Amino acid sequence: MKNLNSVFAAYLAGWGIFFAYYISIARRTASLREEIERLKNSLNRGK
Amino acid sequence: MKKHALASAVVFLLLGAAAYGALFVAPTEKTMGTIQRIFYLHVSSAWTGLTAFFICFLANLLYVWRREPRWDWLAVSAAEVGLVFTTVVLVTGPIWAHPVWGIWWTWDARLTSTFVLWLVYISYLLLRTLVEEPDRRALFSALFGIFAFIDVPLVFGSIRWWRTQHPQPVVMGGSGSGLEPTMWYVLLFSWGAMLSLMALLVRARFEFEAVRGETELVRREAEGA
Repeated sequence: MKNLNSVFAAYLAGWGIFFAYYISIARRTASLREEIERLKNSLNRGK
Repeated sequence: MKKHALASAVVFLLLGAAAYGALFVAPTEKTMGTIQRIFYLHVSSAWTGLTAFFICFLANLLYVWRREPRWDWLAVSAAEVGLVFTTVVLVTGPIWAHPVWGIWWTWDARLTSTFVLWLVYISYLLLRTLVEEPDRRALFSALFGIFAFIDVPLVFGSIRWWRTQHPQPVVMGGSGSGLEPTMWYVLLFSWGAMLSLMALLVRARFEFEAVRGETELVRREAEGA
């Protein structure tokens, strides 16, 4: 099984990139939702 | 939320099955041996990346025609996801190339056109950060996105039109091209799994863009109040 390490490295790198991207979208969306809530609350307090 | 978790689980299972197929079901290639199993991840990621750029191209055309923000959101989502898949191609390619060619990289037509494609779509995303007004940003980036797609047929044709270090195509490559049937099934299954991952990522990124649009509106309202 020559080069098996390279095969696993490629699959780990590929899956790692996809996973990191998915997490980054989820975090960015959650942070925006928090900002919307904060802005809406400050707007409601100002009324 | 429950539906989203279910979709993520299905995609995860499909990716797991695709990896199992690539590592244990597909036969070992005679010339390259085990290292050739990277092919199933590398090629399916490349095809999926090009599919995402095609979706971006269509969404840009639709934005120019209809001027509806949702087409701009779809375009930027597909561009970013296409870029992620192309990044995987550019990372897995050298890992495969090094034991086979003895080098990590060479500036042949396929590798260069793919690298240029990656740079062009990074420029597309950078351009969006330079224009603040949403309608102008959407129009400029749509026009740039339509132009950027020119490189996609070049990437596709590069190994057909020019002599390259990169292997010759397995699809539409003329006589001598093609794959052993089991290799075909595993490749097509891997591509299906990658397309489902692309759909999941584009949907999540589209949702982010929609929330960002809403945030901009609320922010303006808050500034005006």
